[in-house]
Amino acid sequence: MKHKNLALFEQVMHGIFFFCGFVTIAFVCFISVYLIISGLPAIREIGIIDFLFGTTWASTASEPKFGILPFILTSIYGTAGAIVIGVPIGFMTAVFLSKVAPKRLAGIIRSAVDLLAGIPSVVYGLVGMIVLVPFIRVFFHLPDGATMLAAIFVLSIMILPSIISVSETALNAVPKEYEEASLALGATEIETYFRVSIPAAKSGIAAAIVLGIGRAIGEAMAIIMVAGNVANMPSLFSSVRFLTTAIASEMSYSSGLQRQALFSIALVLFLFIMLINVLLNLLLKKKTK
Amino acid sequence: MKRRKILGLVMAATLSLGLISGCGSSTTSSSTTSDSSSSSSSESSASSTTIKATTLSGTVSTNGSTSMEKVIGALSEQFMNDNSDVTVTYDPTGSGTGIQAVTDGTCDIGLSSRALKDDETASGLVATTIALDGIAIIVNTDSGVTNLTMAQLSKIFTGEITNWSEVGGTDGTIVCIGREAGSGTRDGFESITDTKDKCVLSQELTSTGAVIQAVAGNPTAIGYASLAAVDSTVKVLSIDGVTPTEETVKDGTYTVQRPFNVVTKEGTELSEAAQAFFDYVTSSDANDLISAAGAVPVN
Repeated sequence: MKHKNLALFEQVMHGIFFFCGFVTIAFVCFISVYLIISGLPAIREIGIIDFLFGTTWASTASEPKFGILPFILTSIYGTAGAIVIGVPIGFMTAVFLSKVAPKRLAGIIRSAVDLLAGIPSVVYGLVGMIVLVPFIRVFFHLPDGATMLAAIFVLSIMILPSIISVSETALNAVPKEYEEASLALGATEIETYFRVSIPAAKSGIAAAIVLGIGRAIGEAMAIIMVAGNVANMPSLFSSVRFLTTAIASEMSYSSGLQRQALFSIALVLFLFIMLINVLLNLLLKKKTK
Repeated sequence: MKRRKILGLVMAATLSLGLISGCGSSTTSSSTTSDSSSSSSSESSASSTTIKATTLSGTVSTNGSTSMEKVIGALSEQFMNDNSDVTVTYDPTGSGTGIQAVTDGTCDIGLSSRALKDDETASGLVATTIALDGIAIIVNTDSGVTNLTMAQLSKIFTGEITNWSEVGGTDGTIVCIGREAGSGTRDGFESITDTKDKCVLSQELTSTGAVIQAVAGNPTAIGYASLAAVDSTVKVLSIDGVTPTEETVKDGTYTVQRPFNVVTKEGTELSEAAQAFFDYVTSSDANDLISAAGAVPVN
């Protein structure tokens, strides 16, 4: 009797698990299909070349122009900038946490990193807007501090937690024997970390970087508050608009082709993020091999 | 055995929690909506319900200006509260489309945030102004400038004047802060200053509050915001010597303003419900809600 009940319970739980898994997949499929359906009409109407490579975005002008090249380039440059600043800092922190730091100190730093990951992006944006933007204005003698540089700073801090925790996990997974062998052969500790541990963990570290890219390219809230949001071609000290902020800033009042074009931007952004995810999966698969 | 009991308890607890939170959220949401709509004008709503004892029913369709969204939203919500069988719809398409829709008869009441053109009045359209919207030109409190002419204002936003010293201020590059494409305030500002599609901005922000914050944080910034939203963190400029206040907006001496009109067609009789809505929005009952929505009532 009891056995039968247990079997039934197993069945029910299997059903629940299956249902939960199915819900996730259903949402992914629904969003993908929805984006494609709502994103394609505007691209067709504007023309894919004009849309992707047009350099002017003037969605409400009397002769509207829908070129998103400034947004694409800004997103790429901004993310690259965040990686250039964020990865070295995050990576060194991970090495420190995993290999060098005394246990107590590592614990404190680790919880600080976790806290950093938990801060809502709007708070990053607010602090950036009130502290960072005026600072950049004064420090670089600019008329206005709401620039790509401000966005890059904010993004590089925001990607730190994922880079630190993923690379630390990768470094911790390097077998102790590798390092011991290296030390036994007379290498110093630092030599061992950089010649043995890091090469052994390199695919995990690469995954951390890709994760950081994914986080940076998808961020909207924090950078809408610091980047100025003018659809200029990107440069470090000018006001710029990212793919994400282009959607967020015009969505509320948009209508007609303008609204459809915003969905098309979302589709482009979605493809970017898909690409990054595929890359991440490849890297992780390589790691398990 | 014990574990399953606990599991059962946990499940029951989550279920009941769900029930409680479900009820809780629904009651709070309904109470907040009724609060927000009736708090500002509870007296007027009470009076209007007693007057309109006959029950109206049907749909009133409005179409037009996106900048009138807040005003019309507040008014139609109140109107639908008072007349539960009436549905007021609002299509934010822009003033031009709204006026066209009245001409074609595809909507009951058109909404226009500009005065009618001559050919539009010639075709029998009538605009009734329900409110005025003053747009304040704001600068940082450290700015030495207190007044600009309309021509200077246009030139600043189109990038012809780039330094405050050219308009009597201290030396410093002017930083123009505006609103995003599609914003009603931007549309209003650009049509009044004749800078449509010509503005050279250094920041495009998505809310009035963000513009005020950005201007407050930059000593050489200039921006525009709805008059009702401006606070003491920024300085309001006078334009052609006129300081914007509710009075100067109302008597028309402050020129950076635009009317909020309801547009109807002469000779076309409105449905009973549409007429009642028209009467309501053009009556003084609507004043409190119009003020709360950030505009200056005129009736």
